[in-house]
Order: sequence, then C-alpha cells, then structure tokens
Amino acid sequence: MTAVHAPVTGLLDVERVAADFPILSRTVRGGNRLVYLDSGATSQKPSAVLDAERGFYTQHNAAVHRGAHLLAEEATDAYEAAREKIAALLGATARELVFTKNATEAINLVAYSFSNATAKAQFGRPLPAGAERFVLRPGDEIVVTEMEHHANLLPWQEVCDKTGAVLRWIGVDDSGRLDLDHPAHGLKAVLGERTRVVALTHQSNVMGTITPVRVVADAAHAVGALVVVDACQSVPHMPVDVSLLGADFLAFSGHKMLGPSGIGVLWGRYEILESMPPFLSGGSMIETVRMEGSTFAPPPQRFEAGVPMAAQAIGLGAAVDYLQSLESGDGSARGLAAVAAHEHALTGYALEALSEIPGVRVVGPTDNRERGSAVSFVVEGVHAHDVGQVLDDRGVEVRVGHHCAWPLHRRFGIAATTRATFYVYNGTRDIDDLASAVRAAQVFFRVA
Amino acid sequence: MELQSLYQEIILDHYKHPQGRGLRDPFAAEVHHVNPTCGDELTVRVTLEGDVVMDISYDGQGCSISQASASVLHEQLVGGTIAAGLSITDAFLALMQGRGTVEPDEEILGDAVAFAGVAKYPARVKCALLAWMAWKDAVSQAVERHTPEVTP
Ligand SMILES: Cc1ncc(COP(=O)(O)O)c(C=O)c1O
Repeated sequence: MTAVHAPVTGLLDVERVAADFPILSRTVRGGNRLVYLDSGATSQKPSAVLDAERGFYTQHNAAVHRGAHLLAEEATDAYEAAREKIAALLGATARELVFTKNATEAINLVAYSFSNATAKAQFGRPLPAGAERFVLRPGDEIVVTEMEHHANLLPWQEVCDKTGAVLRWIGVDDSGRLDLDHPAHGLKAVLGERTRVVALTHQSNVMGTITPVRVVADAAHAVGALVVVDACQSVPHMPVDVSLLGADFLAFSGHKMLGPSGIGVLWGRYEILESMPPFLSGGSMIETVRMEGSTFAPPPQRFEAGVPMAAQAIGLGAAVDYLQSLESGDGSARGLAAVAAHEHALTGYALEALSEIPGVRVVGPTDNRERGSAVSFVVEGVHAHDVGQVLDDRGVEVRVGHHCAWPLHRRFGIAATTRATFYVYNGTRDIDDLASAVRAAQVFFRVA
Repeated sequence: MELQSLYQEIILDHYKHPQGRGLRDPFAAEVHHVNPTCGDELTVRVTLEGDVVMDISYDGQGCSISQASASVLHEQLVGGTIAAGLSITDAFLALMQGRGTVEPDEEILGDAVAFAGVAKYPARVKCALLAWMAWKDAVSQAVERHTPEVTP
C-alpha cells in the first residue's frame, strides 16, 4: 500500500477545472464527496454550457430555419455558428456535419440510408445520384467488430434483416485489441469483395482500446466499402481530425463531451451525404413539395427534419470552446491534446493502483499504450453489481454491467464488469478513493 | 454505512451457501430469465405434485442479491402449495416495489423480509425479483400445460 508511484505529469489543474462544474460540489449517499467516474456514460456539464443554453432561451429563442423575424435570424445564426465550431474541431466543413439527437441516431441515420435506398431501388423509385453505393443485395456483407457498443451493432443487424445482407465481424484478442491478423476473424479473413460497410469503434467504451481506424479504413476502401466510425469515446477525449482518420462517417454524442443531452453529430464526406436518401422526413428537409411527390434539400438540411434542438447545439458549441480552452497544468498542451495527456496520466495511475489489489483483474489493455481512460475490471468473488454498490456507498460512482457491449463480455466469458472512466475534472485523489473502495468491497464480501 | 441494511446477514449467508441450487429432473416447466441491464441470468425449474410445489431447482449467475433471492425462494416455497407460493410472491413483489414504504410481514415472507432494504435501491429491485418472476412464469406454464382443455 506504500508503493512508490512514478510522478504523474501532464495533468490539468483539476481543482480549477472541477470548480467549473456545479454538480461536483454536491454530496452523495452518507454525506460523501461525489467521486464521479462514469463520464463514459455521460459527462457532467460546466457552467459555461449551462449558461449558453440558458442564454439562448432568455435572449434568442425562436424556431431555427423558419421565419424572417429578428429572433429567428439570431437563433439560426447561433445554431449554424455551433455547427461551424464543431466542424472546425474535427477538421471538417460545416456542410458535412449533421445534428442528430445522439450518436445512436447518427449511426441509425447511416444504417437507414442502406435499407431505405435498397427498398426504394426495389420499386424503381427516385434516389439521389450515386445512391447505388447504398443499395444492398442479399449476400452483401457488413463488417463490425466484436467490441462494438450495441449502438454500432444492432442498427447493422437490422439492416441485414431488412436487406438479406450478412453480418461479419473482426474479433478481439485476449489483450483487448482488434485481432487483425487472425486467420478466421482477422481483417483479411473478414473483408472481401462483397463487403459494403465496415463499422467500428474508435475507442472501446469498455476497455479503452484505441483501434487502428486508418489501417481498417484503408483495407475497407480497397474493397470498395464505406467506413463508419463510432467516435463516442474518442472525440470527447482526444484530438480527432477527419481528414487523417480515413473514415467516411463519424458519429458521436454531445452529452459525453460536456455538452447537453439531446444533441449528437454525424459527420460524413459531403459527396457521400449528397448521395443518401433522407432518414426522417417532414418539415425543413425539403426542396419542393407537391401532392404527387417531393424533392429534398441538400445536406445537412436533408437529414434535419423538424425544428432542431438549437439550445443543445449551442450548448455543445460552448462545450467545444470550453474543451479547447483547457491547458495542462505545466503548460505543455492545450485543448483536446491537454485532455488526452491528462487522461493518459490518470489511466496509468489507475492501472497501477488496481494492479496492486490482489484479486482485481483489468479487462482490456494493461499497457498504457493506444488506450483511453475507460478501465473495466472484475473483482474475484464479488459480482460487479455488488462492487458498484459498495463504491456507491462511499460516493464513488462507476458503471457496472455489460456497458451495452454484451458480445464483448461474452468474448471474455464474463457477465459483468465494473467500469471507471475519467474526464477533465477527475484527479489522482479520485483514483485513490476508487482503489480504497474496491478494497472495502473485498472486505465487505469477505474475499480479502 | 447503509450497506448493512441492504446486505442483511441472511442475504450474504444465502449468497455464500445457496439452498437447493442446481437443476434437477424431472420437472413440469423450465424458464430462463435474464436481466438485460446487467446480464444476470437464471434458469428455474418447477416440479409439482397436485397442488404442492415439490421442488424449485435453479442455476444461473449474478449478483449476491439475485442469487440469494433464488435461494430464499427455494427455501420458502418448496413443500408448500402453489397458492401459498403465489401469495408469498405477491407479498414479496409488493415489498420490492414499495420504495421502502411497505412494512414487511415476516409471518408471510419468512427469510425474504431480509430483502426489505433492497426496495430503497431501485436499481437493485430487478435483481431481487429475478428468481421470483422466473418461478411465477414457470409455475403458470406448468399449470397451463396440465389443465385439461375444457370443451364446451
Ligand atoms: C462507444 C459508444 N458508442 C455509442 C454510444 C451510444 O451513445 P448515445 O447513447 O449517446 O447515443 C456510447 C454511449 O453509451 C458509446 O460509449
């Protein structure tokens, strides 16, 4: 317990950051300090984000992209400015960025492009130029990985059921990395000329594993497939530049990156977005409407039917500003690079702290390399639910269960894990509290 | 520490030393229930003779609450009548869904009163109920199967 730890460098000034988050000053069960280690599920929100949303409602509220009065103009400008800000964060242009309600909806938007295009093609109904790439035939293949969140698995299973396409997947090795060279479920074995889509996570929400998206994307493009990246756990935590990543689509949720709930993002290459039929249809997404049939607006409006969630988009814009304003305590990095350095340091500290507890086993990479800050573990002899309960009793809030990645847990032969995830407001003290709470759980359940 | 009120000694005992665990033959009905939020699973078999519950055998994996609850269920219900078992089940359900406002009746519930504290933790109520919902399902299937069809 008195092991000498390497000095932790690259951290943010956690006390100063935490002070920006009103919720972190509340107490939880038993009057305990709140140790929030569940940002992988959803992050807390800084005052700047809450103020931006409130400011929109108190000063500019109106229906975006409708009407010509002053408030409508201001609301539309603020909404579009948020789009530009978020696009700039990704190295993208604003017209490539579609607002959705969350990442789940963003991935479904792409998945439905396939089933909708396939259905329309069957009846010879109009489709945008280039939509053939979304028309599937029975026996075409969709590739995912075994570490996907259900949000990047079930939409593809659904597409398969609707079109006769076949789902294939890249496996995961014992260390929690994609098993790209495996003879049966590696990249070469799984990709082929029938592969039409490759959908993969950028960072596992369970194990923190960062996947080699570029390698997979290049292989996918070589067989003519489109690449969909679930960036839910990467965009909030590290610099992501879509011009380097190799993806055709990228999806993430605002609520996991200090933004409000109810706002997500789909980025797509513009010429590909242009070739997609609509997902939801109705107001705002049209070009002309006649009783005999209608035509649709160009992207991104084509995919934003109905009055959009303006306050949430503006809140997410404020979250991006906030993230970009952060700076390492030692001044070595700024913005998302500083966030990544901070989490890297915390992850190393956490992996070491957990490795010192007998009976605790981390699921996923234990070398602090090409991994983000999701740390999941099992405590021998104590079910994850029970671990989580003891932690909660001490104010340590983690996630327990399969974290919407049931096949991954099955792959490791476990039903449930305890998961700690770190973000900008967490410090080494939180990890010390986590480690001592895990020891307390072992004592309570008499396995230590 | 509110933990002790949740994890009564009886619960920990049943968790460490489960009563009647393991699947046995013959049986009148078998069901498999899962808790989709956490992946806990339980297979339950019921063996009936007339109105009497001869055996409830079970196997599965899950947290201390779900596993202890299956053990207590076995202990409380085996040897009694189906009707008695169902009325204990109803009382247990009412207790669990009461958010801590229902006063448990030890006369009816026996060791199952130990779960009273669970009602204050909504996220754990499903764990406590897993075995009870499974048994209820199994017994209703068994009874249905053995009720001769009435021809008008
Ligand atoms: C990797 C990953 N993908 C997808 C999702 C789904 O995000 P949301 O529920 O915000 O749509 C999550 C969040 O739970 C996630 O961690």
